[in-house]
Amino acid sequence: MIVRTRPADCHTNLFMSGARGFGGRGNSMRYSGLRVITEGLFGNKGWTPAWRDPAPKAEYDVVIIGGGGHGLSTAYYLARNHGITNVAVLEKGHLGSGNIGRNTTIVRANYFLPGNSEFYSHSLKLWEGLEAELNYNVMHSQRGLINLFHSDGQRDAFVRRGNAMINQGDDAVLLDQEGVREHLPYLDFEQTRFPIYGGLLHPRGGTARHDAVAWGYARGADRRGVDLIQNCEVTGIDIQGGVVRGVQTTRGAIRAKKVGIIVAGRSSQVAAMAGMRLPVESHVLQAFVTEGLKPVIDHVISFGMGHFYISQSDKGGLVFGGDLDFYASYAARGNLPMVEHVMEAGMTLMPMIGRAKVLRSWGGIMDMTPDGSPVIDKTHVEGLFIDCGWNYGGFKAVPASGWSMAHLMATGESHEVARKFRLERFATGHLLDEEGTGSQHNLH
Amino acid sequence: MRLKCPLCGDRDRREFYYYGAEDFLNRPEAADPGSAWDDYLHNRDNPAGVTKDLWYHEAGCSQWLLVARNTVTHEISAVELVAERTA
Repeated sequence: MIVRTRPADCHTNLFMSGARGFGGRGNSMRYSGLRVITEGLFGNKGWTPAWRDPAPKAEYDVVIIGGGGHGLSTAYYLARNHGITNVAVLEKGHLGSGNIGRNTTIVRANYFLPGNSEFYSHSLKLWEGLEAELNYNVMHSQRGLINLFHSDGQRDAFVRRGNAMINQGDDAVLLDQEGVREHLPYLDFEQTRFPIYGGLLHPRGGTARHDAVAWGYARGADRRGVDLIQNCEVTGIDIQGGVVRGVQTTRGAIRAKKVGIIVAGRSSQVAAMAGMRLPVESHVLQAFVTEGLKPVIDHVISFGMGHFYISQSDKGGLVFGGDLDFYASYAARGNLPMVEHVMEAGMTLMPMIGRAKVLRSWGGIMDMTPDGSPVIDKTHVEGLFIDCGWNYGGFKAVPASGWSMAHLMATGESHEVARKFRLERFATGHLLDEEGTGSQHNLH
Repeated sequence: MRLKCPLCGDRDRREFYYYGAEDFLNRPEAADPGSAWDDYLHNRDNPAGVTKDLWYHEAGCSQWLLVARNTVTHEISAVELVAERTA
């Protein structure tokens, strides 16, 4: 493993994709910088909606329950990779109104365990071609991610992790304290409580524009014939003789040969419609955004003592968060002790942010599994599939999750990068416990 | 959030450690099938509404509490001592 230093300039493709992607659809018209300029010259009157608003048909080959990132990417790859276009995505609210529309936008492939490692590696590769693939600016910015360590033991753990990343074919650079200082001179290196020993730099890690990912996949799926049906809540799953037949919705019954449940924090409720009891407990995770500031934090940074991570959005806001609130919740809001903890950790690590004003905070509903790893699998009902258990790491997984779920639904076989995301692993004891914290839903 | 401990009274959430759902009280026998252990360790009702979960009064009386709590509103409707419940 290479020790230390790499040029601090990690702002790779912030602007490479230009301004394409704002506004509407063109049946044959691709988004481009030229089109933005042309539209701008003629009053922006040529834009059309980015996707249709169809009424549900009586029957589809595939129904996807859930119009978030994972549901939309699954629909997109069903059409793109498998030619299955008679597909409906049913969303109870509006597209991308769940966790894909509110998250801390980090994209990385720094996993350790076989099973996770190849999956997130595949996902990062898809991210790297996503804007060209979707003809949509998702503002993927590989600005580099640095996980800090604060003791010899933690350094050893990160060396192992870095070697696992390199073995997987991804990138990792071990930085000593001076190496970190070159990248992040503003950290409090002098403190005695949590001295910074160094960090693991993942240069290809970074961020992306969260809701643009949903919109890009939605537009791409729509253009390939997928019906995106909003304000359509699934109220029941029709099963006859152990085979799925369709769903009941607030907009009527819809027959389907195959149904995918991809509903994140609400997985337990929807799976219960098929008589399933999942290894999932829904927890609240808070995050915070400050007022817009001039560029000050170039990377994604995580603190190794006390859970805290931070990046700066292209709009200028500091986006940061920490741990779960640790109790089961669907309230979409958290409590003050975790707010206090996150602020304390941030101030400990980088006192310079202390005068920034927090503009807003929110709580997302996380589908936590007992080992902290997800599920992409068949169910006991023929034709019914489930993609859930993304804990608080679902955003970066959106491309590979859709890719793998589409493969499973189309072929009946797990995709090779998602083979270990089986539901039965809990019963058989083959847990994928990346953090090694044991079988408790809130500890991952 | 505040929890009303039956022994200590109304206390801040910081004094408590959350463990998980009531299922952890129903420990199977060693000879029970794997599915019973799977349910005990992993599978949950996970309701959006009233649930019962285990909290430990770590910075107080060191009692395990069974708390009836609404996961949508965070309203707490009942708190009982696990020790009394199983006695």
